Amino acid sequence: MMSNAQIEIQLIASLVAIACAIPGTFLVLRKMAMISDAISHSILPGIVIGFFITQDLNSPLLILLAALTGIVTVVLVEYIQKTGLVKEDTAIGLVFPALFSIGVILIAKNANDVHLDVDAVLLGELAFAPFDRLIISGIDVGPKSLWIIGGILLVTIGLLFAFFKELKVSTFDAGLAASLGFSPAIIHYGLMAVSSVTTVGAFDAVGAILVVALMIAPAASAYLLTNNLKRMLGYAICFGVFAAISGYWVAHWLDASIAGSITSMLGLLFLTVYLFAPSKGIIAVLYREKQQRTEVSLLTFLLHLKNHTEESERHVNHLNEHINWQKVRSKTVLDLALKNNMIAIENHIVSLTNKGNDFTTQAIDYIITNEDAQIEHMKDDFFLFRG
Amino acid sequence: MKQTIAVQVDDLTVAYNYKPVLWDIDLEIPEGVLMAIVGPNGAGKSTLIKSILGILKPIAGSVSIYGKPYDKQRSLVAYVPQKGSVDWDFPTTALDVVMMGTYGSLGWIKRPGQKEKKAALEALEKVGMLPFKNRQISQLSGGQQQRIFLARALVQNASIYFMDEPFQGVDATTEIAIINILKELRKAGKTVIVVHHDLQTVPEYFDWVTFLNVKKIATGPVKDIFNDDNLTKTYGINYKVSIQE
Repeated sequence: MMSNAQIEIQLIASLVAIACAIPGTFLVLRKMAMISDAISHSILPGIVIGFFITQDLNSPLLILLAALTGIVTVVLVEYIQKTGLVKEDTAIGLVFPALFSIGVILIAKNANDVHLDVDAVLLGELAFAPFDRLIISGIDVGPKSLWIIGGILLVTIGLLFAFFKELKVSTFDAGLAASLGFSPAIIHYGLMAVSSVTTVGAFDAVGAILVVALMIAPAASAYLLTNNLKRMLGYAICFGVFAAISGYWVAHWLDASIAGSITSMLGLLFLTVYLFAPSKGIIAVLYREKQQRTEVSLLTFLLHLKNHTEESERHVNHLNEHINWQKVRSKTVLDLALKNNMIAIENHIVSLTNKGNDFTTQAIDYIITNEDAQIEHMKDDFFLFRG
Repeated sequence: MKQTIAVQVDDLTVAYNYKPVLWDIDLEIPEGVLMAIVGPNGAGKSTLIKSILGILKPIAGSVSIYGKPYDKQRSLVAYVPQKGSVDWDFPTTALDVVMMGTYGSLGWIKRPGQKEKKAALEALEKVGMLPFKNRQISQLSGGQQQRIFLARALVQNASIYFMDEPFQGVDATTEIAIINILKELRKAGKTVIVVHHDLQTVPEYFDWVTFLNVKKIATGPVKDIFNDDNLTKTYGINYKVSIQE
């Protein structure tokens, strides 16, 4: 039996994962993954200053202050980048360590008064989250972190539903979005604001490093599996929740850090997808490249047959000698051609069938003119003709 | 009879990092022309279009579309950015990209429905891309991608079309298909403005031309001003282009 605390921890971790996966998907598509790293670190001074004022890590004021620091980070990065003196990644690398270090110094200088330490900031204290309860007029309604991340998630989902179309068009084509009257700047800062608030809300539970992993890894994995934005969002959310729950149990069995285990699960998940994704995975890509090489050889061979009527040029052995292929390759190519009824072999003499002849003409025509219409029907059978 | 002016640009100056890329441009584009904007690389051709469309903020000058600022006239204008300006690995289909053309008339928050989908399918049909409607956009050839962009502009059903190098990286068949559609638009009384690179085809494709190189060199009917003199002024070297009547 799971204890209440265990259920609550998994619930918090799952909600954090969902809340991170949504803005994370758009950050990945906008090639802004690094900005989430910057935000997650540079909100530290916001959290510390907010804590001085409110003395409560879960206060809404603290969350707003910290999120504001996140926005300041984005503005600073863009300002430095706009001067044209450094590139974006350099600007990010300059801004967030500066802000983060201010936070670290503030904590160190006030270590006696502040119930905050750098370890907790980096890795979170998910295991302790159930101890900080929200009590409303004497009734315990659950852990504070659960209510905070739940509230943030609700707002995020509301915004996603309301502005899905605007997010999509400005992410795909900012120029079009601007010309249609959807200011890309408003959408950009809206997304940055949501990312910042989510980061702060998740920070207490999972820490600065895992927040980044939860934003980027599920979205990056989902990106490799689908060509549909809505499905990508769905997959990213499922991956996030899967890593949150499985990570919790791994930590439970190993008696290790929850945040660390969830991050490890995210890493494993991405690795699996990276290797085995059906069309974008590394194995699929290698297989496709190998097939394409064979198909190029096939075409070379067919063209040779088309250009030469003399029997000496069409003898099977000639393949090995004259065209200078390895035996294995000759056999692969011959088999492929035979399988597709493109050639006929009689007394070791190879000749093109009608089908082979047509195929060669069309393929060469396509390669020369690069006109697509006529080879559409060949795309399903041959990798060579798929973009 | 005075011709209606579709696009008017007055004293437009645009700068990147305080370095002007367009100097004091005055330009009147009459309604119903098919116009090429030509000039060397870095002449500010794309910048001119983007400034007219409010994507870039000029440091001086003003633009009006049928006598009013662009903000008030968005629905009259369609824009085809350079194909290379977007990420074609974006997870979406050809149909969905064309649907984006309807977002402007929907405004904020409202979602596209059956009416928008029908319009998008019709536009796909017009550019000969209906069989590819559900294909992921990275699986399309360069020419097909450009046709999708054109369909997205057609679906806006605008009066003025701005196109940034629509012939770049497309095959000959697509180029002909695109120019035929542009000529049809002109026949229907629309104004079409195209950033164009291939000087050889200007007389064949367009009836109006603007020479641009940071400053405006000349603008007017192709038959009157497309000559070696203006080409030399624009490109800085001696140009000899034989114009076929």
